[in-house]
Amino acid sequence: MLILTTAVTAGALTLTACGSRDEGSKGGEGSKTSVTIGLDAPITGELSALGLGIRNSAQLAVDNANKTGEVKGVTFKLEPLDDKAQANVGQQNATKLAGDKDVLGIVGPLNSSVAQSMQQVAQQNGVALISPANTTPDLTQGKDWKQNKRVRQFSTYFRTATTDEVQGAFDGQFAWEKGKFKNAYVIDDQKTYGAGLAASFKAQFTKLGGKVVGSEHVNPEDRDFKAVVAKVKAAKPDIVFYGGEYPAAGPLSQQLKDGGVTAPLMGGDGMYSADYIKLNKKAQGDYASSVGKPVEQLESAKKFIADYKAAGYKDRYEAYGGSTYDATWAVIQAVKKVVADNGGKLPADARKKVVDALNKVSFDGVTGHVAFDRYGDTTNTMITAYQVDQGKWVARFSAEFKKFDKAGKS
Amino acid sequence: MNELPQQLANGLILGAMYGLIAIGYTMVYGIVQLINFAHGEIFMVGGFGALTVFLLLPSGVNLLYALPLMLVGAVLVAVLVGVAAERFAYRPLRGAPRLAPLITAIGLSIALQQAVWKWYPEGNKARVFPQFKGDSFTILGATVQRGDVFVLIAAPLCMIALGLFVSRTRSGRAMQATAQDPDTAKLMGINTDRIIVLAFAIGAAFAGVAAVAYGLRTGEVQFRMGFILGLKAFTAAVLGGIGNIYGAMLGGVVLGVAEALATGYVEEIPGMQQFGGGAWKDVWAFVLLILVLLLRPQGLLGERVADRA
Repeated sequence: MLILTTAVTAGALTLTACGSRDEGSKGGEGSKTSVTIGLDAPITGELSALGLGIRNSAQLAVDNANKTGEVKGVTFKLEPLDDKAQANVGQQNATKLAGDKDVLGIVGPLNSSVAQSMQQVAQQNGVALISPANTTPDLTQGKDWKQNKRVRQFSTYFRTATTDEVQGAFDGQFAWEKGKFKNAYVIDDQKTYGAGLAASFKAQFTKLGGKVVGSEHVNPEDRDFKAVVAKVKAAKPDIVFYGGEYPAAGPLSQQLKDGGVTAPLMGGDGMYSADYIKLNKKAQGDYASSVGKPVEQLESAKKFIADYKAAGYKDRYEAYGGSTYDATWAVIQAVKKVVADNGGKLPADARKKVVDALNKVSFDGVTGHVAFDRYGDTTNTMITAYQVDQGKWVARFSAEFKKFDKAGKS
Repeated sequence: MNELPQQLANGLILGAMYGLIAIGYTMVYGIVQLINFAHGEIFMVGGFGALTVFLLLPSGVNLLYALPLMLVGAVLVAVLVGVAAERFAYRPLRGAPRLAPLITAIGLSIALQQAVWKWYPEGNKARVFPQFKGDSFTILGATVQRGDVFVLIAAPLCMIALGLFVSRTRSGRAMQATAQDPDTAKLMGINTDRIIVLAFAIGAAFAGVAAVAYGLRTGEVQFRMGFILGLKAFTAAVLGGIGNIYGAMLGGVVLGVAEALATGYVEEIPGMQQFGGGAWKDVWAFVLLILVLLLRPQGLLGERVADRA
């Protein structure tokens, strides 16, 4: 049986050489084949609010698929692992999941920096890795995307979140066009995500005619920004943009306002969390963008929200609930196609076929239409700008960036 | 707008906090020649002690009334952990080679972080710490938050109290004697074990006060907060002259001001554009340390507690 032959190498340090020696599944009469979908997210630690939303939403997709018998003769199982938002832990998790022959796809991770350490492992083992939240362009298009030399990096890597290039540019466009801000002060935390987002914001904002009156870098671990605040105050911006995540963005925003800066803080999806408002008494009026559209406003997400509620999860689905559901569903759809093409049974090289099927996947999911372009990026460039109002994030503006950007990028 | 007064005020407030933590490093080192690398975590558990007291009080309580109780909570938890660390982790190793207690201290530091992370309710995320409502004050062109006033008052008070204690009380004199020569002090009838515990307790109490200051300033406490601050405070202690209590405070203030000025002004030096700003402030803090140690290996006020007073 399959189950007996699962690799016992789980947790082996970095011996990723356990090649996928898939034998044909012996889906006997009436017996169900079990397919595992791995999941990697920060289930504990500072980003756990987002991570738990990711885990629950993936679980929901798996449960729904099993309930309705989405793929005949196949039962799905979710194997969630905690990466604590650390790259080395993510890599161990990827190794562990890839070592299990039943794993036909991995959903996650949340952080782009963690993804960088997992991609190679997924690639070597030929297992699909599909992230609901990674936004760094380099992950799909390589490091020279800025010079328009885009090359797909990993044939096994996909994502249902649009890139920072698109998101940062959207933020720049929004700040200029909808916010009517003229002078921006740009701060980033020097991490892959934060720096990329800030650079992209800067480019679009200045292209449209905005002025960057100063920029600063902080350390991701910093919680005391008083010295930076003094500089921002002296520069008198009307908007402060922060490329980074909410554990630092919350205190930063509060200290800015406490220090007499009246301009709102704006950030990307790393800032879009209920915890941001909890950690920050002066959040009123701040902006954050997030990929997709608020699921609450989507016709297509009604069922997801109702199901999530009915399942009785303790934690909210947060920013990536919808995109996680879609990412998990994409794997399920790919498995469905592979099984259908093979006369109702899992083929021997299921992993490879799932990757191939993912490239062609196309369905209407929770967040909109789900499909991947030639880099593995989602074709959905819908982004939303939110603003804090009365202690809640309120959606202010949504657009497909391609249509919003009249400056017309190549 | 001139940001110099603002940066100086920021540096002073930050430095006062470093100084309060640095006292713990310096006192313990002065008496047992041990760098207690778990001291940053003693500061951290103090912060959670204060938070716990606040959460136990009825909600909507005026922070001004809650503050003394929170201070008691912070100091109590920090002292308990500090004294327990001495009793169970360091005392058994007193005769051991230097390296053993050092490694123990690092292990203890990680253990304390993980304990809070695992067992404190929602300890795996930043917990919101209460803050004073209301506007900030403007003093001499610098904006000072209400919460920051606390450390500006607490730090000098703590220093004066400690100075008086060391120079005027029997225990204080016994402490000086132990620092000078533990063996002779023992022969003279001083209970050196008790003195060592006292040094740990005082250092932990000051860390508890600093933790309340930190919470009021940043509006949060989290399990990792002791790591960087502990390193910085240790740097401050070395800068001022390890073993010297006044040096610890001075080193803290010098370091805090240096960091604030580095964030504000390094990039305005021609050709230093890329080495300025918040990202480089830690680098400059340590450059300063190296410079001081090259020129004055014993630190700014480098002498031992014992020779003061």
